[in-house]
Amino acid sequence: MKYFKSLIAAAFVAVLFVAAKPAGYGVGDTVADFKLKNVDGKMISLADFKSAKGAIVIFDCNTCPYSQKYNDRIIALAKKYSSTFPVVAINSNSPEVSPGDSFEEMVKYAKTKGYTFPYLFDETQEVAHNYGATNTPHVYVLKKEGATFKVAYIGAIDNNTKDAAAADKKYVEEAVDALIAGKAVPTDKTKAIGCTIKWKPA
Amino acid sequence: MIAKLINLQTVFSFSLFMRRILLFSLLSFLFTNLSLAQTKVIKFPALETMLQKKDGPIQVINFWATWCGPCVKELPMFEQVNTNNTNVKVTLVSLDFADKLDKVDAFIARKNMKSAVLLLDDIDYNSWIDKVEKSWEGAIPATLIYNPTNGKRVFTQHELKEGELEKLIESVQ
Repeated sequence: MKYFKSLIAAAFVAVLFVAAKPAGYGVGDTVADFKLKNVDGKMISLADFKSAKGAIVIFDCNTCPYSQKYNDRIIALAKKYSSTFPVVAINSNSPEVSPGDSFEEMVKYAKTKGYTFPYLFDETQEVAHNYGATNTPHVYVLKKEGATFKVAYIGAIDNNTKDAAAADKKYVEEAVDALIAGKAVPTDKTKAIGCTIKWKPA
Repeated sequence: MIAKLINLQTVFSFSLFMRRILLFSLLSFLFTNLSLAQTKVIKFPALETMLQKKDGPIQVINFWATWCGPCVKELPMFEQVNTNNTNVKVTLVSLDFADKLDKVDAFIARKNMKSAVLLLDDIDYNSWIDKVEKSWEGAIPATLIYNPTNGKRVFTQHELKEGELEKLIESVQ
């Protein structure tokens, strides 16, 4: 009877723990693939990157000043890792709440900035919900294992939003370089101040 | 000739008058801006000390920035609590970059804000976000409400709805 009671207590605690766990992926989780419209009109999935070793998925947008600060750094990451860990930017902001993030505005923005990587429109916000993305820019470095992609890093691009030259911890580059070298990712979770993703009104 | 001279004189005195007006407005502009420069720039340890207080009024700490639409929208709620609720201390922590201090001061003056405003100049976000609140992912607006006398605290990371702030304050009493 005593054991039974403690078993119930343990089950109760387990339920509480599961309930308290925030939604979204953690490091080590396998991600579900998506199919989203790119600014060039084509549909893109992770499965399209057949020869890549992984991907750098970045929840981003047109309108957030922090995203704008990281624009050039994201373009540089895309160039540096185009054949190994391609950058895939996703805009999940609701154009209803943030008109500057409509698909048309995304097309214009990508053209002005000279994006060489996919910039996808997450119209239903399902992908952001699945990942547990909360702000922009919010990075998920994915490592390819067979045909699946697993989360290897979640967080910021580096430790200085304001000044790229002053950033002395380049989290994403360090993570990707480690993965390419077959090593463990040195820092697999970081946080940064960013704009909240503009969710559709409930 | 005389007419021309008078004309010239009028032009001259007019321009002098204009110059005085210009100088006056420039001075008064500088003066009002200086006198309203109330944003204090701090590093994280100063904020941490605030978060670890063991006595005094309930602390309402809101993280915002002048460029953040949802943050700006909810500021009047904090101002209202600051005015109406004398046993609550409201602190608005701006996350604008430190070189935008003038912009923050001008914003406060324009909106005639009375709450205490700090500018947190600590760009290595990952080093301190968890120390404010473990569940915070870093998106703003975010608000921490803390009662130093009983240790109760609540944290939100979304734009507050009308009446929500008062309920949150009640919940830590």
